[in-house]
Amino acid sequence: MTDRFERDACITGIGQSDVGRRLHRDPLALTLDACLGAIADAGLTPADVDGLSTYPGLAMGMPAGFTGAGATDVHDALRLRLAWYDSGLETSGQLGSVVKACMAVACGLANHVLCFRSVWEGSAQGRQGRAGIGAGVPKASGTMQWTLPFSAASAAVWIAMFAQRHFHEYGTTREQLAWIALSGRRHAALNPKAIYRDPMTLDDYLNARPIATPFGLYDCDVPCDGATAVIVSRRERAADLRRSPLQVEAVGTALRGRPSWDQFDDLTTMANRDAAAHLWSRTDLRPADVDVAEIYDGFSFLALSWLEALGFCEVGEGGAFIDGGARIALDGELPLNTHGGQLSAGRLHGYGFLHEACVQLWGEGGARQVPGDPRVAVAAAGGGNTCGCLLLSRA
Amino acid sequence: MQPGVGAAVPFRLLPELSVRTRRFWTAGGEGRLELLRCLRCSTYVHPPAPRCPHDQATELAWSPVSGRATVATFTVNHQAWMPGPALPYVVAIVEIAEQPSVRLTTNVVGCAPEDVRIGMPVRVVFEHHTDADGDVWLPLFEPDPEAAA
Repeated sequence: MTDRFERDACITGIGQSDVGRRLHRDPLALTLDACLGAIADAGLTPADVDGLSTYPGLAMGMPAGFTGAGATDVHDALRLRLAWYDSGLETSGQLGSVVKACMAVACGLANHVLCFRSVWEGSAQGRQGRAGIGAGVPKASGTMQWTLPFSAASAAVWIAMFAQRHFHEYGTTREQLAWIALSGRRHAALNPKAIYRDPMTLDDYLNARPIATPFGLYDCDVPCDGATAVIVSRRERAADLRRSPLQVEAVGTALRGRPSWDQFDDLTTMANRDAAAHLWSRTDLRPADVDVAEIYDGFSFLALSWLEALGFCEVGEGGAFIDGGARIALDGELPLNTHGGQLSAGRLHGYGFLHEACVQLWGEGGARQVPGDPRVAVAAAGGGNTCGCLLLSRA
Repeated sequence: MQPGVGAAVPFRLLPELSVRTRRFWTAGGEGRLELLRCLRCSTYVHPPAPRCPHDQATELAWSPVSGRATVATFTVNHQAWMPGPALPYVVAIVEIAEQPSVRLTTNVVGCAPEDVRIGMPVRVVFEHHTDADGDVWLPLFEPDPEAAA
């Protein structure tokens, strides 16, 4: 495993703006808060940044508030002098943008890459509630034409169908799935930046209004405003910086099944199956070595599915694995979503998990810090037909 | 009847009729579900594509299928994402009888939402929409009374 490019990539700084349900601030201002925070955290200045990577960049036809700033916006606002820059939606989930940054530093195109993800879906949606994908377009085209005409206008609907199939094949129950939400809410109570911090009971969860069976309201993450940034540095340029660099041990980017929401070969696993297997093929570390897991819960079932894909339990056993919540608590064998996840801490869209993985490895979680000096963390993001993951370690 | 007027035909965000997909969305006007099929290896290709993904052949033709299918999974949707059918409605992924690897995301109609099951046999029924850009027949599915019990 000596020839993997990840050896030359480190994370050296993180930053995050204010996060809120509806901040009504200029989304570029939030983005710059996060970016400048990460640059300073690494002990750098904007003049040191020579690479820029974001997901998704300026994307057309996406829901309101889906992207708060493109690469060009940040490039110009900070007057960056870049050797390499990139953005795009068609990559291995939201963290695909971070993987590309790792490749850029490893192959010598850049020394310090600023990576960011910015959302303002809370303010953009305003009082109208969560809009359907495609609302307002005159006709459904491209891949969306296979779902939108059937009023399947949200990932909630698509992913609910994967959950239903998992329930059918493996006997998974709502009472088990609840623990993704309940455990996240317990952790969010200890995170001052989380959006929902009030205690949630199993009855609260089960009695929430139905969205798309088997999902109720608390299976769906909360749209918010906020930006998150990380600095990816070339290993040989990371040693003298402010922090002890976090090693990128391995990335998982594979998508071997069809890149489709309804034609993928296994409706219970989806793309996380391939990304997770790819990650473990690139490291000697094993799932048992992971001290903390920050895993995408845009919808509760995605986290359960990722736990199985990453090999923390067998496929089909995710329900039993999380049941009762003890195993995934801060003091459990696999602390999960220690900031509250997107369900309670807000839909920062993938980057929130990577940020929290770094917080935990640097021991800066405060009241929510995982005990025992965690040294290995996994950050995984995406669901359905696009997924990516990173394994990080501290020396 | 105009879409969105009256109870029978709900508002739908209609598909754009392209060179590649027009036949899929209009074959229902002749009462048939048609899929693109490779003339060389006989594989049904969905979504439609200019070449067979298995042997890259360009000899593909629209071929009628029986319209019979099986519910692979479904959800009872309670949330109004945009104007659409009366709530709740069923969104399903069905596998077509001739080649189960071809799946269609669709709605199951003609029965109560609580009666839909994974594994349930269904058959196609078309929902006709008139439109200035060209009429569209959406393939929906209903319980198949002729399926073996």
